Amino acid sequence: MSQITSPSRRSFLVGSGSAAIGVSFGLAGAELAQAQAQAGSGGYAPNAWVNIATDGTVTLMSPAAEMGQGTMTAMPMLLAEELDLDWKMVRVIQAPSNAKIFGNPRFGGGMTTGASRTVQGYYEPIRLAGLQARQVVLQAGASAMGVPAAECRTELGQVIHSSGKRMSYGQIAAVAKAPEQLPAVDKSQLRPMSQFKIIGKDIDRVDVAAKTNGTARFGIDQRMPGLRYAAILRAPVQGETPTSVDDAAARAVKGVQQVVRLPYGVAVVADSWHTARKARDVLKVEWSTTAKARQHDSDKVLAEYVARARKLDDTGVDFIKHGDAAKSIAGATRTFATTCTSEMVSHICMEPMNATAVVRGEQIEIWAPAQSASFIIGAVGGVAGFKPENIKANITLLGGGYGRRVEPDFAVDAALVAKAMPGTPVQVIWTREDDIVHDKYRNMTAQHLVAGVDAQGRITSLLHRVVSEGIYARVAPPAFKAAGGKDAPVMEGTEITYSIPDHGVQFMIEQRGVNAGFWRAVGPGYTKFALETLVDEVARGVGVDPVEYRIRLLDKNPRGAAVMREVATMSGWGKPRQAGRALGVAFSDAWNTMVAMVVEISMANGMPVVHQVWAAVDCGVALQPRNVRAQIEGSVIFGLSAALHEKMSFKAGVPQETNLDRYRVLRASETPLIDVKVMVTDNHPGGIGEAGLPPIAPAIANAMVALGAPRQRSLPFTRV
Amino acid sequence: MIQLTVNNERVSIDAPPDTPLLWAIREQMNLTGTKYGCGIAQCGACTVHLDGEPVRSCSLPLSAAAGRSVTTIEGLMKTDAGKVLESAWNAAQAPQCGYCQSGQLMTAAHLLRTAKKPLSRTEILDGMNGNICRCGTYNQIAEAVAGAQKAMSGGKA
Repeated sequence: MSQITSPSRRSFLVGSGSAAIGVSFGLAGAELAQAQAQAGSGGYAPNAWVNIATDGTVTLMSPAAEMGQGTMTAMPMLLAEELDLDWKMVRVIQAPSNAKIFGNPRFGGGMTTGASRTVQGYYEPIRLAGLQARQVVLQAGASAMGVPAAECRTELGQVIHSSGKRMSYGQIAAVAKAPEQLPAVDKSQLRPMSQFKIIGKDIDRVDVAAKTNGTARFGIDQRMPGLRYAAILRAPVQGETPTSVDDAAARAVKGVQQVVRLPYGVAVVADSWHTARKARDVLKVEWSTTAKARQHDSDKVLAEYVARARKLDDTGVDFIKHGDAAKSIAGATRTFATTCTSEMVSHICMEPMNATAVVRGEQIEIWAPAQSASFIIGAVGGVAGFKPENIKANITLLGGGYGRRVEPDFAVDAALVAKAMPGTPVQVIWTREDDIVHDKYRNMTAQHLVAGVDAQGRITSLLHRVVSEGIYARVAPPAFKAAGGKDAPVMEGTEITYSIPDHGVQFMIEQRGVNAGFWRAVGPGYTKFALETLVDEVARGVGVDPVEYRIRLLDKNPRGAAVMREVATMSGWGKPRQAGRALGVAFSDAWNTMVAMVVEISMANGMPVVHQVWAAVDCGVALQPRNVRAQIEGSVIFGLSAALHEKMSFKAGVPQETNLDRYRVLRASETPLIDVKVMVTDNHPGGIGEAGLPPIAPAIANAMVALGAPRQRSLPFTRV
Repeated sequence: MIQLTVNNERVSIDAPPDTPLLWAIREQMNLTGTKYGCGIAQCGACTVHLDGEPVRSCSLPLSAAAGRSVTTIEGLMKTDAGKVLESAWNAAQAPQCGYCQSGQLMTAAHLLRTAKKPLSRTEILDGMNGNICRCGTYNQIAEAVAGAQKAMSGGKA
């Protein structure tokens, strides 16, 4: 499964395939830097996932992009657990962008962070590699002490012989050589949950200190000698291109160095970003007027989506077909139907899109706050004409990601501008207006659902129809076609763990010219809204308590039933509340994480006020329970913001909201108390960065009905 | 050349007078802790203190800061109050992506300096309302501010 790859015999590879992890002994200073740089250049060279220095310091690489979800701590924890490290001696650095070495198995080996797949993808491979590395260290230590390895164990960065004799990993690193043959390891040897020393402990996140004292470096904070700044004039409507450019006035602005024509806009490069932006604003550009998006009026498009969702003979593409939902519905005792809509919403990463690049000869180096080094390399290669092996993409800290930064567009900007100015490092910064107008929004959707209920009041059939712009259809057309036109992220969340024998899900694609993309929680952000409000409506319709009704539907998902019971206890479900308040409940099983959520609300001025949220969460093994709670809380707030306030509206393709004065997001004073209970189980870890979002809106909508308000069927909510 | 005091040091900045203070701080002075968020004084990521009062540096021309004293996150962290806040922020593990946190800390520092009595959660959240955190760390920020206030008044954070 593994081979020794270092002639110097101080480095070796453990693990296999996309999670082959390089371990080195005693590299320091320039040597370590070189090993890390080699990792970036790919191929045969040993990499430095793990370096054990002679002073006992262990440097671990973090393969995924840190955007606040805690991955920079979680991934190293996995290695440290199986390697038996003393966490105090661990230093974490961001891995270079080499997918061959650091790619996520759940993204086909690509270096992409998103879709709640980091822990899910790396959990076992990284631990296996850590285990194998520990055995190498143990053997090296035993041999250095002249004792049989079988009589030794490891603990807190030491190899300890049964006699009490011991060596620290640092001492071992000073004398160890990589073994001729690596010990074979398999999953059965991994440490069981009951013996975890690091996983499951609330270790401080490694990125928090720098993010508190102002020293954390995001993409926009990259600095280098000779750096120039660029602002880009982009089209007022997505998809338009410049037809004529008069840059005389811009070039005349003092401090402007260059004006660069781009296929989709015009960049101005200056000695300061303020100057670049001022000069950008005096560019005279004529734009094409033929983009499809020009036809986009939000109200009109949404009405068309709704009509299509209800037109049952337009069956689109079958996304799920279990049994025969239509036939079963036709024979049902009762049916319940709902049509739900969701408007487009914007990401609003607090750090606007930006990237820095420098071109030297055939080579380009990029620094970007991005979720996917792999997509940057692909896009910069394709659009700017660099060979993949000549592109070095450095992932910085991300000031928010939420799916927006999976897209490589801002890195392409920097690459094209830098290419026009070889040797000059250029930082492209989008204005907030650029960021909102050229976002890849959460898709507008209309969903029509019909539930067939039997004589006992149980849902036996469900038809779930989704009309939406495609996402994979835009970002990965070949994969979308190969999947038979099934757009997985758009439809995510329609796969349910409720026992409903006849289940049909249909996808009707729309392509209206305004880009749809991955917005935190993607599909489940609206599919669970439709499902969970409908289930609530059915429960009330057949006279069963909504918590009890869901528990019955979860008869084949005991983890789901358990979180539902737990949240009922946490919230005092069924107990009287103060006048004017009521509870609502919802459930999500997306990303292999079970979340049951209850909210307590009142109404003010026709809108709900959320006072408290309770969530019971089973994400399997919780690497960092405190961080799981923070992520659930953060995604609840993200979803609450969208449900109450957020909407992008278009008139003839022109966004009517372009900054935070008109695009409202949730602020501190609207924040409910949020109580999250992490119910640890020994299941493979599920995702946690998005899991709190899907249930919040339907839980509120359901609570509103309990208060006598009309049922909400749209996101954002409509004032009642 | 515009002269002002930044973090207790007198500096001369060679930039057009209409340059927002934010960009002078970030580019000319290379103090990158202060962040650009919206450019229209809505989000609070660029908050600094001007003669002790919180201002939105994205919307304040450099010329308006001439002869005055500016404190950024880097300067705040050198003060006793800054150290208490830093420790409370770490204890609450408040940041997620972290981008807005410098602005949050600058606002919190002023909120605590002007508070006449222990602040409730609601008062803290109201006081922090001008600073957007898209990751949703408001409850952790409230916990950190309360902890810092307690520590400043002699209790433990």
